[in-house]
Formats: sequence, structure tokens, C-alpha cells
Amino acid sequence: MPDQDTPFLALANVSKRYGGVRALANVNFTCRRGSIHAVLGENGAGKSTLIKVIAGVVQPDEGTIALDGRPATFPNPLAANAAGIVCIFQELSLMPDLSVADNIGITTPPRRFGLIDRRAQRRRAEELLARVGCEDINPLAHVRQLPLSRRQMVEIAKALGRNPRLLILDEATSALTAGDVRKVYAILHALRDSGLCLLYISHRMHEIEELADTCSVFRNGQHVDTFPKGARSDQDIVQMMIGREWKNVYPPKPQRSAPPPAALELRNIGWEGRLSGISLQVGRGEIVGLGGLDGQGQRELLLALFGVLRGVEGEVIVNGKRRRIASPAQAKRPDVGIALIPEDRKTEGLMLPMSIADNISVAALGSMTHGLVVDRTLEDKRTAEMVAKLNIKIGQLGDAVATLSGGNQQKVVIAKWLLTGASIVLLNDPTRGIDVGTKQEIYQLLRDLADAGTAVLLYSTDYDELIGCCDRVLIMYDGRVVRELAGADITEANIVASSLNISLERTEAQA
Amino acid sequence: MKDLRLRLAQNGGLLLAIALFAILYILYNSLHPKGWSVDVLVENANESFALIMVSMAQTLPVLTGGIDLSVGPMMTLANCLASVLVNGSPGQLVLGIVLVLASGTLAGFVNGCIVVYGRIQPIIATLATGAVFVGISLFLRPTPGGKINEDLAWVTTNALSEMDNTFHWFPDGAPGWFANGIGRVPVPILLILLVILVIWLPFRNSVTGRGCYAIGSSEGAAYMSGVRIGRSKLAAYTVGGLLAGIGGLYLALQTGSGNADIPQAGAYTLNSIAAVVVGGTSLFGGTGGAIGSLFGALVLRAIAFCFRVFDSNGPLGFLSNPLLQPIFEGVILLLAVSLGAARVFRVKNRLTLFS
Repeated sequence: MPDQDTPFLALANVSKRYGGVRALANVNFTCRRGSIHAVLGENGAGKSTLIKVIAGVVQPDEGTIALDGRPATFPNPLAANAAGIVCIFQELSLMPDLSVADNIGITTPPRRFGLIDRRAQRRRAEELLARVGCEDINPLAHVRQLPLSRRQMVEIAKALGRNPRLLILDEATSALTAGDVRKVYAILHALRDSGLCLLYISHRMHEIEELADTCSVFRNGQHVDTFPKGARSDQDIVQMMIGREWKNVYPPKPQRSAPPPAALELRNIGWEGRLSGISLQVGRGEIVGLGGLDGQGQRELLLALFGVLRGVEGEVIVNGKRRRIASPAQAKRPDVGIALIPEDRKTEGLMLPMSIADNISVAALGSMTHGLVVDRTLEDKRTAEMVAKLNIKIGQLGDAVATLSGGNQQKVVIAKWLLTGASIVLLNDPTRGIDVGTKQEIYQLLRDLADAGTAVLLYSTDYDELIGCCDRVLIMYDGRVVRELAGADITEANIVASSLNISLERTEAQA
Repeated sequence: MKDLRLRLAQNGGLLLAIALFAILYILYNSLHPKGWSVDVLVENANESFALIMVSMAQTLPVLTGGIDLSVGPMMTLANCLASVLVNGSPGQLVLGIVLVLASGTLAGFVNGCIVVYGRIQPIIATLATGAVFVGISLFLRPTPGGKINEDLAWVTTNALSEMDNTFHWFPDGAPGWFANGIGRVPVPILLILLVILVIWLPFRNSVTGRGCYAIGSSEGAAYMSGVRIGRSKLAAYTVGGLLAGIGGLYLALQTGSGNADIPQAGAYTLNSIAAVVVGGTSLFGGTGGAIGSLFGALVLRAIAFCFRVFDSNGPLGFLSNPLLQPIFEGVILLLAVSLGAARVFRVKNRLTLFS
């Protein structure tokens, strides 16, 4: 009979190789019941592989797993599920064409006469959605129709419906709205108190601060250390993760006496009632942030500028000339020069099965041709330059981009757009699910771009990032810009206040 | 109320196919000299049955994101086998029917095994097995012919009242509710309802059946959710084979013979794909269903029916030229599919077109 002191899950000497890459090396790892155990590490540190081994997605080359003190093997996710191991993955495991209720009850739906009992299934979905505080989601709606933040809540409800004994959350809160994050935290704490074992993976330090009681750090496939929360300072932890001295994450901002000349100016942009009366300027060499609660029209604004949306009202002025941008192909033309680093790199940023080189060159191919034929020598040279410039860690340029880690994939997306020589760069939450080291490199890159004269418009759900990176921050609420913060006014308190402040909204309406 | 609107929106393709069929069929019946009669309905139902079955068979693999190019050949195989086996005493008839349906099921199972365990792309796997099935059919029935039990053929291809006339269900004469009510319903329509109730609806509401939708929607997410992918795919191809087998059996009853007709097998396969699309099932999988394909097949058939009844002296007389029929069929099919794609014009965020 296993007692309370036996770790719920114990991995002994687990190793896993992918080709020549060592993803896990002799890992010994345990976690207890009634604990939220944070797993920290850079991308490629082995966190994902660790989870995949536990969840039965991949098989370890060596080593053993013990559950409740008994040895266990999980040949597939189904077996791990049966043992009470449930994962909430960063890449959502929802089926977009199925309804919310179908998704929640996908493997073990309530049945009557051997067939799925749709009513019971719907009731169960309603209960689970209510438990995560999402009564507003209709269980009959198809997942495809829901925004990303709602999908993630469905994913959490789905996991809870499987009665987990070990719940693994892999960047599971990265797309949530601030209000939902509160609800999820409360649920996770309640689950811990009821004796569950939770493994929590996140790149957001303040989340770990708030949630975890135990932390484990991984680096290069090795388990570096495990310690109770608070035993180490943030500085120490980050140093453990990156294995090098922790410098200031954000590059210094330039001091300006006068506002720079505008590269991009918007006048009264509106769209479908989701955006209205947006006027703003982004100067040459300036990084302007878009903030506010999630889903206030920030994404739509970036898509509108990039020519993705139909029926956009208002004027877009690029370098003093009024432009009509009706498609991404027009937006990227040299005389407009707009680039968008999209939100979801897997679907909108990359062609996953194609090679790294093909992905980097695809947007700029038009400028690398002799007549109708692509100049392969020039293409190779330019892509190799980009890989070196952005310090992308790759095996070969010809490898499929899907083989790279998340951070390096994001760098490939950025490289693709830098290669077009865009003078205006729009970024839609570019550091979501990316490790600290790569984040730091991206911040530096953005500042270097700005210093070279590029105008940068950055939407981020991470307030720290807005504070650290941006020269000015515009807060959006309900499709409008409600406040502009600059210089020393860019503080977390100000951002949160203006994101929520109803009195501000009222003055805006009166004006 | 809100739920109803949601459900209607989610079944737009099906509703469109039903509306299209209603329009075409009303047009046909109003132009037909004997329109709105039981005889016409019986004839139409007979001519539609095999295509409906084959289209429903095609739906299942398509839902998983695959395709089955052997539905026509499987139908042909069952058709030829029926012309050999469905004869003799009542016991022999039952055995023959069971064997014919088993042959379709087995053929589908073979397809499923090749796709699931052989990991061969469905389009090429079923192209190959389809050729094999046609080969077996030719071997069974080198020239058209064979014999089908005539009583069975008669009662299954007529109105239900013929059952009474043949088997004397009501020794004292048929009561009014039968003679003027259900007795007028063509047997093939009842058989289709039976197939839906006994095969399609249970499949759709089983865990395995929903697994098919999950796989078509996102195979990776389905795997990560612990869906039994192999089992669902295997079931999709196997049940598809069974449905194609039913179609082949009925074709034998309807024509009274077996015919290893290669062009016909190919035409049925291609029409089944068209019917699936017209019926609102996405070729990428994940959405739609066999009921949609039923109406998709009916739309295709109704187009062909209409061409028979255009008056050569009327305003649409040029349409009665049989040589023009394939062109118009193609154009109308294109229009029908385009109606389903009209949503594109309402899309305000172009990104949603691709996801």
C-alpha cells in the first residue's frame, strides 16, 4: 500500500534521443500528491519531452517510470489517460469541427444502450464549463467558432472531466484573459488541496510565483535542481535555466527630445463594430505597444493594417502617402513595406513541412529572381545571413522547420519578414510560449530594428514586455484606443488601471 | 431558440441540399405528364437507391479525411455476387443476401486494413483495391446476366402494397390505412429509412463513429485526446463497404441481373464524391454526414430526371437534346457546389477562409 511519502510519480534514469539530439539525459524526477510542481527551463531544455514521456506520447529509450510506487509503462496517450494522467497541451488538443460538448466527452462520453447520450453529455459539459466559470460558452457551438482564449478554457474543462490524478499543464494559461487566469488559479489550488499532483510548465515567472510550491529546473535535457518555491531568487532561477549570467532582459530605451517623424499614421480606423475611431502614429525608430485586456480589438487592428480584413474604414498613411492595403501581398510590397509577425506561428507563420530555408525566403522570393527563375545562390546566401543574424539554432537549412523548437521557429518567422526589408513591423504577441533566453534576443532585435529606423507596433499580452520594450503604450478597450502612456507613465499600475478603468471610458465617450 | 439557430447554421450544407432537391423534384413532377403519382415515385426511388447507398458509403471515409475510390467497384462486386447467389428456396435467399452483404463488408474491411495498418494513402489504396474488386466481379460474371429470385426482386422494387399482393398479408383484403396509406410508399424508401435507423444513426452516435469526425477534424488532437484512431478508421471503411454492398444487392434486384460494368463502377464512384460534396460534407473531413449525402445523391438524380421531361417544343426545348445533357449536368453541379461556397462573400476576416 503506497503511503503519503511515496512520490506519486517517479522517473528513474530516463533518457530520450531524437536522432543526434539528446532531449533527456538520465533524468531522475519525482512529484508528490497535493502539490503544484513547476517545471522551468529554456526551449529545448527537455520539458516538452519530459511531459511527452509521462503522457505516453513518446517512449523513453532508457529508464523507468513508477506511478504510486508501482512500475508503469504508457505505450500511448490512452494508457496514460487510463492511469489518471491528463495533459493540457500548449498546442490545443481540441477538434475544431466538433462541438464543445463532443470535445469535452470525446473519449468517455455518457452512454445509453451503448450509444452516446447527447443530453447527458451536454449536461456534463455544462457542469464542467460552469466549474471553470465559463457558463457563457454554448456546449453546442463548434470549437472552431470560439476565440483562442475560450478554447483554452474548454481544454481545461475537458481535462477536468477526465478525473485526473496527475494533471499536466503545458503553457496552459498563455492565451487566457486576465479574468480567466484568476478562475483557473482558484481551480488549480482547489485541485491541489484535494490531493492531486499538478505539473505546471510556464515561461511566466509571476505565474510560478503565485501558483507553484515546488520548482524543478531543466537545462539541456538534464534535471538541474528541485527546490521549494522561495528558496531561490528569480535571478538564481533564471541563471540556472540559461546557464549564463542574467543581464537586464530589456535593452535600454533611447531618450528623445522630439517625437520622431511618423512612418505609419492611422486616421479613424473602423471595422465591423469591432474597431472604431482608431487614430494613432508610429514614428520611425519607435516601438509602440498595444495593451489592454485580451480581445479588445488589438489583433483585429494589426490584421486590418496587414490587409487581411475586408471593409476597413478610415485612412492608413505610410510615410506620408495614403495607402489602400487590400491584401498581405500588397502590404509587403516595397513601397508600403509592412510585415506582420502573426499570433499563431504554426498555422499563420510557418509552412511546417517545408525547409527552414524555404520558410525564410518565401515572403521575399520576388526580390531574388532572374526573370521567372529564383536565384538559388542568392536565396541560400540571404537565408544563411538571416540564420546567422538572428542566431537561429538549426541543424541544416534544408531541415523541415517543424523540427525546430518553438523559440527557433518564431525566429524563423521573424527572419522571413526581416528579409523583405519591411520598414513597418507589426507583431502579434510574438513571445507567447517562448523561453526567457529567446525572448531576450527578440527584445534586443526589436530595439536594433527600431534604432535602424524601423517603426514597430507590438501587441503583447505580457504587461512586463510592454513596460520593458515600448517607447509608448496605447491601451485599447472595446475596439478603441482609450489611453496613451509614455515614458515614466508606462507602469504596470497604469496599464492595469487604464485597461479596466470605467471612468476613463466614460470621459472618452463624453469627449 | 438560440440553440436552434446554431444547429441550423451548423447544418447549412444539408439544408441547402434538401432545398435544392425539393426545387428540382417539384419542377420535375410538375413537368411530368404523370407527375405526383406512386408509379413515378417508385421509378425514381429505384433509380436513386444504389447511388444513395454508394454516396452514404463514401461519406464515412471522407469524414475521417480519407476517400474511398472503390465504392463503385464494391457495389459492382456485390451486384455480381448477388446474381449468382440470390436464388432458390427462402433459406437460400437469406443465406445469399447475408453472403452478398458480407462480401461488401469484407471488401471495406480490407480497404480499412490497408489504410490503417499498411499506412497507405486512402486515395491510392482504394484505387488499387477497386481494380481488384472489379477483377473479381468480371471473374464471377464475365458477361452480363445471372438470375435473381423474381418475387423478391418484384416486392423490393415496388410500392409496399405489392408485398400484400405477393405474400397475401391480409387474407380479407387490405384495410384502408394500408391500401391508401403506407401501402403506397415505395419499398426502396422504407429500406433507406431502415439503413439510416439501423446503420447510420447508431454509427454516428457511437464512440467509434464520433472518433471518425474527430480524426477528420484534427487527427493530432484526436490522438492526444486518446481517441482510438485505428479502430475508427477501420470502422469507417468497413461500414462503407457494407453500405456499398447494400447498393450492389439492390442494383441486382432492380435489374434482375449482374453486370461487371467497369465504366459504371467508375461513374458511381465519381458521382458519390459529388453527392458527398453537394450534401455538405467537407472533403477535408470532420463535418457533414450521410443524411447530407443522401440528399446530395438525390440532387444529382433529380437533375438527370428533369432532362427527361423537358418538352422539345417548349421554351426550354433545347434542353431536351440528350447530347447536351452531360454539359448541363456539369454546369448545374458546379452551381450547386458554388451555392455552398457563397459564404466566402460574407467573410470579413480573410484568415477564416483558410482555417
